[in-house]
Order: sequence, then structure tokens, then C-alpha cells
Amino acid sequence: MSSIVDARGLSCPQPVILTMNEIKKVQKGEIIVLVDTDTSKENVSRAAISQGWTIKEVVPEGIGYKITIIKD
Amino acid sequence: MSKKVFTFFATRWGIITVGAVIGILASVLQKLGNPPNMGVCVACFERDIAGALGLHRAEVVQYMRPEIIGFVLGAMIAAYIFKEFRARAGSAPIARFILGVFAMIGGLVFLGCPWRAALRLVGGDGNAIFGLLGLITGIWIGTLFLKNGYNLGRSQPTHTTVGWLMPLTMLGFLVLMLIFPQIAGQDKNGVLFYSVKGPGSMHAPLIASLVIGLIIGFIAQRSRFCTMGAIRDFILFRQIHLLLGFISLAVFAFLTNLILGQFNPGFVKQPVAHTIGLWNFGGMLLAGLAFALAGGCPGRQLFLAGEGDGDAAVFVFGMIVGAGISHNFGLASSPNGVGPYGIPAVIIGILVCLFIGFTMRKQLS
Repeated sequence: MSSIVDARGLSCPQPVILTMNEIKKVQKGEIIVLVDTDTSKENVSRAAISQGWTIKEVVPEGIGYKITIIKD
Repeated sequence: MSKKVFTFFATRWGIITVGAVIGILASVLQKLGNPPNMGVCVACFERDIAGALGLHRAEVVQYMRPEIIGFVLGAMIAAYIFKEFRARAGSAPIARFILGVFAMIGGLVFLGCPWRAALRLVGGDGNAIFGLLGLITGIWIGTLFLKNGYNLGRSQPTHTTVGWLMPLTMLGFLVLMLIFPQIAGQDKNGVLFYSVKGPGSMHAPLIASLVIGLIIGFIAQRSRFCTMGAIRDFILFRQIHLLLGFISLAVFAFLTNLILGQFNPGFVKQPVAHTIGLWNFGGMLLAGLAFALAGGCPGRQLFLAGEGDGDAAVFVFGMIVGAGISHNFGLASSPNGVGPYGIPAVIIGILVCLFIGFTMRKQLS
């Protein structure tokens, strides 16, 4: 069961803060992050990679993206 | 199908390249006629725009700076080409306006924005050190609020028109400049004010300013270049991505200054600067805190406004109005020192920012 972070409509650096908080909380597994700008997509992906997570998938959803990050 | 996550501009070399290009072009703009250590300064140039429009009547700082127009339109062109234009608004616009006003008030006590703080330093102006330390301190205070849940709330997708209003305003400014061009020796043509002396009278040719503005707007939109974010992300996450861009700007502007003979080290008699360290520090502390609470440096706010962010546009208008307030009420500094009401204005600004920071803490589900 993956957790969902809804960062749509939030400006810098909120999407990254929310993602980092979730990463700290769950430690490993799968997190889905919803964002609505390309900037947030890049920032969230960069932050996840820096924490040792892997970008499993980035798919367009609505006007933004659904980013799935994983860590075993 | 997954869209590629990182384009070249989102890579480390991408942001370093963008910083380098901005740094070089800033020094070149100075060579082409812009004021010393002010090849590009977002706060100063928005202040000059406020003067050109008559929102203040400080006669030495009146010019419709085409660089600012180019920043917004260049970012808009990039956003449309790469399908990133998204009209959005509604994230505490009045708070952003007030933050814009005080960001400008603080910036004009120091006499510059983060971009110019770096450009002043690499032009040899030692007073910029106090400004940069103030900037870092202000952003650090902002990160404390961010860590404790401060946020301005969500924006909403909205009519495309909303995203077009700032670019159209800039286009309107450009049209005004073409209809009412500067006439040598005259301080006014039609509805636009011009400076016959002082920094407002010093400018590169319109076409050079506009083209360089468009280039910077384009690449900054692609790379998300942000000088406040550079310091904030390092403090918050120990992430150096944006910081590399900011450092690159300074390094390449420095090298270009050396080549062009624009490096003059010292503290006294530096161009468009004063030597009161405490208020160079205090002014930029206020500006840095306001930028951090508003989520972007003044340049970044222009690029965001170009890609459809109506809230960033409100911040920009706040800064332009703030420039009017600064010069009409004696808050802005000059080479002679801080203005008569500059110090109380900075203190009030810091209190307003603290009020916003402490009270806007909505839990995000």
C-alpha cells in the first residue's frame, strides 16, 4: 500500500518538504507524489534521488504529474 | 509513457551554464551602458520602471527597463514552447503583495536585489558582503518558518487570461517605450518619465537590453534559476543544485569584469552604494526573509509570472508599488546613506514578515 502526497497547487519548496516528511515517516516502500508543475516534478524527483529513493514512474495526470518513488 | 524527468537545464551542468550566461551578459550589459555593478538588478530595474511610470518622482531613477520586460516575455516563450504554461492563482495573493512591497523596501535600503548583491561583490564593492550576509540571515529565518509548517496555501488552475495579464502588461510597457522613446536631454516624453542624470540615465541600447532580457528569461525559466532558492535549499536540504547556478553567476561575472576592466575593489565611493554596514545587512535581511516567505527571488518571481503564475505576478506588482513607496516617503538609500525613514521601515517590514510567518501555518492534508 503506497502513501500519497498531494503537492498540487503548492509553490516551492512545499512539494519537496512534504515529500521529505513522508520519506522520513515511511522509511521505505512506495510513495506517490502529485504535482502540478514541471518545476515541482523536477524538484521532488531530485530530492527523492538524494535520499536514496528511485523514480519508478512519472506519468501525466490532470494538468500535472503523478510521480511514483520507491525504496526497498 | 513517462515524460523525461530531467532536461539538460535541470541538470547540474545546465544550471551552471545558465548562471554563467547570466553573469557574463550582466557584465556585458554594464559595458553596453547599464549602471556600474548593475548590469542586471531586478529590484533596481523595477524601481526604475516605477519611476518611468511616475509612481515615484526620484528623477535619477526613471527608465522603463527592457530587461525586465524581456525576463517575463522570454520566460513565457519558453513556457509555451515546452508546454509548461499553466495559468494558476489564488495562493494568498494579498500576503504576496505585501511581501513584495517590503522586499523592495528592504532591497532599496541596501540598494540591490540578490542578483545585484552578487554583481556588486564581483565588481569589487565590499559593502555587498554585509548585504549578502543579511540576505543569508533573512532566508535562514524564513527556513525556520518553513520547517514549522509555514505556507501560503494552494493555488488553483484558472483562466489562461489570468496568466497572460503580466506578460501583456510588460508588452504594454514595451509599446509605450516605442511610442514615447527617450529624447536626449528631456526628462519626459508623453506618459513616460526618463532620467537625464544618475543611474536611470545609464542604459544599454533598447534592443540589446530587450534581447538579453529575452535570453535570460528563456533560460532561467527552463532551469528554474533562483538566487533565494539557492541559499534556502542549501540551508533546508543541504542541496547545492541552485546554489551552483548562483555561484556560477558570480564567478563568470567576475571573470568578465576582469576582462572588461570593471573590477574596482574597495568600500568607499562604490557606485550606487553606501557604506553603512548595519543597514546594508538589515535591508537585505528584510528582503531575504520576504523572498523566502514568498517562495522566490525577484528574478524567479518574474519568470514564474511569465509561465502563468498569477500569484508571482502579484508579488512583482507589490515590488513595483514598494519602489513607489520607498522613494515617495524617504525610505530608499542613496550613496549618501540610508533615507530618513529607511530604518523604521526595515524594522516594520521585519515585524510584518514575522507576523505573516508565525500566523500562516495551515496544516496541509
